[in-house]
Amino acid sequence: MSDSSAQSYWKSNIRIVLSLLAVWFFISFGCGILFVDLLDNFRIGGFKLGFWIAQQGAILVFVALIYVYIHLMDKLDDKYNLESSKDNQPNLQTSTDGDTE
Amino acid sequence: MSVQIWTFIFVFLTFGLYIGIAIKSRAGSTSEFYVAGSGVPPLANGMATAADWMSAASFISMAGLISFLGRDGTFYLMGWTGGYVLLALLLAPYLRKFGKFTVPDFIGDRYYSQSARLIAVFCAITISFVYVCGQMQGAGIVFSRFLEVDITTGVIIGMAIVFFYAVMGGMKGITYTQVAQYCVLIFAFMVPAIFISILMTGIPIPQLGFGAELTESFGGGYLLDRLDGMSEQLGFATYTEGQRSTQDVFFITAALMFGTAGLPHVIIRFFTVPNVRDARRSAGYALIFIAILYTTAPAVAAFARTNLINTVDNIEYSAVPEWFTKWEATNLIVFTDKNEDGRIQYVGDPEINELEVNRDIMVLANPEIAGLPNWVVALVAAGALAAALSTAAGLLLVISTAVAHDLMKRSFMPNISEKQELRYARIAIFVAVIIAGYVGINPPAYVAQVVAYAFGLAAASFFPAIVLGIFYKRMNKQGAIAGMVAGFLFTALYIVYFKTINPTMDNAEGWLFGVSPEGIGTLGTIVNMAVAYGISKITPEPPKEVQAIVENIRLPAEAVLR
Repeated sequence: MSDSSAQSYWKSNIRIVLSLLAVWFFISFGCGILFVDLLDNFRIGGFKLGFWIAQQGAILVFVALIYVYIHLMDKLDDKYNLESSKDNQPNLQTSTDGDTE
Repeated sequence: MSVQIWTFIFVFLTFGLYIGIAIKSRAGSTSEFYVAGSGVPPLANGMATAADWMSAASFISMAGLISFLGRDGTFYLMGWTGGYVLLALLLAPYLRKFGKFTVPDFIGDRYYSQSARLIAVFCAITISFVYVCGQMQGAGIVFSRFLEVDITTGVIIGMAIVFFYAVMGGMKGITYTQVAQYCVLIFAFMVPAIFISILMTGIPIPQLGFGAELTESFGGGYLLDRLDGMSEQLGFATYTEGQRSTQDVFFITAALMFGTAGLPHVIIRFFTVPNVRDARRSAGYALIFIAILYTTAPAVAAFARTNLINTVDNIEYSAVPEWFTKWEATNLIVFTDKNEDGRIQYVGDPEINELEVNRDIMVLANPEIAGLPNWVVALVAAGALAAALSTAAGLLLVISTAVAHDLMKRSFMPNISEKQELRYARIAIFVAVIIAGYVGINPPAYVAQVVAYAFGLAAASFFPAIVLGIFYKRMNKQGAIAGMVAGFLFTALYIVYFKTINPTMDNAEGWLFGVSPEGIGTLGTIVNMAVAYGISKITPEPPKEVQAIVENIRLPAEAVLR
């Protein structure tokens, strides 16, 4: 892989991570904490909406986010021909230490 | 059959299972001992991570805490699950690609510095040790209440089991026992929850029963509305409304999330899968397995709270059920008849209230309060033990790798053979088990509280150092070391100040920006990052080889042109 394609791979990776983290922040800190009282004016069944998001909904969104991430990254890896299904054994060499102290 | 006999049967069977697995999976090399030879399938690793992560606190204490905190309890639910999003997106794949054994390995190599490695060893051991003491205490409580042995005997039995499979199998043994422990603990958590949900709402899925209408015998109406109504009537805070300030809830949630992503015993689980794709997948599995318990817990909390109020409010003390008397014997339920009318007044006003219920017993007592069969009650005890022991084993492994690998092999005795390193790792686990057991038997008063602070410390030390190490190539050793030291000290001193030096100031007025010691890890994280960034700007950039490591871990496979 050339340097430039490694760079554009990394850029796409960052874009995916940042957009998913934006959702993560909005749902948990936004809906679950900052706007919870506002959302509590709405109801679904026996739940106030804000309370439900804070205690259950956010967790379901977290799970979904990780699965979206897995899917997007698989697609990205395929696009750049990065096959990681080959097992990487633990890297046992210690030459990168460069202990300077 | 009595609860005690059922408990003996379950504990005996599950412990036998754990020992059987341990004998099957002996570790022969350091790679097997530290990372199970990196051959764990992602599904199994997901289960093991879930068991590793869900400790005595998640199993025993969390639902109980939420049932007394109401909506404020949200910070546990979101904090301890949202951290997995950070772990999956920001840490797990890259650390797997880096592919060493421990967190100090990463810190030491990425920041090309022995001092950084030693600081990481210190943080890893402190955090894990604080945490493991809580697990031993949890195991002690279960043994003393359900098997009616004294706490000392209980802790010694627990220690012996953990010791046996951790020392023999290392990570390999721990991984497969954790898979079994996950199955035991989730079954033990779900069965009573499903029973109680059916009993109270007629719906077998607790997550839905939580928002459903109560059956006629419980008075009808939506569960949460009824709980709000009863709480208000008795002068407690409204269950679905918050009492803590928004910024405090915000900071505590963030501290628990960053802390979750920075806990070494969770991070090292991702070293055990074969490759980067599997690391991402196992993070997904782990969160699903965790979410099963974490979405049930708030339902259990609401059921338990409703049941407790229904059962004890204004009844004759002479007519209390058997479970009440049994927990009274452990001093975890205390009744003082202030107005001497022989009835229990359970109300919000501390002047009139006559009943103190320890929050930790809610999950354990819940099946009894609901009048479920004895075998269900006993199952909960086995589940709580599985939760405590699986986490304890993961933590002890971190301590042992930190000593044998990071301190001995990588720092002070680089020439020891693999066999010797393995022996040191086993000796380190042995010593750690003994010390943790001692602390479990003689708990210093602050240990239980300190467990929660382990998250703040992890958030303020490891999380920023690792994230910056991956995402900011320019970060150098000076910046990272200064950041970790500043974040760790800031957080630790803030906690120590309010908890031991000046506890009278421990309230919203005394706190910095209204942030409680539970949430201070978030500010610690920010301090760490700011200091690290500032210092790195005025010191030389990291050597080329180190920048090459960063380039390398950013790609999931070897960079080859195809």
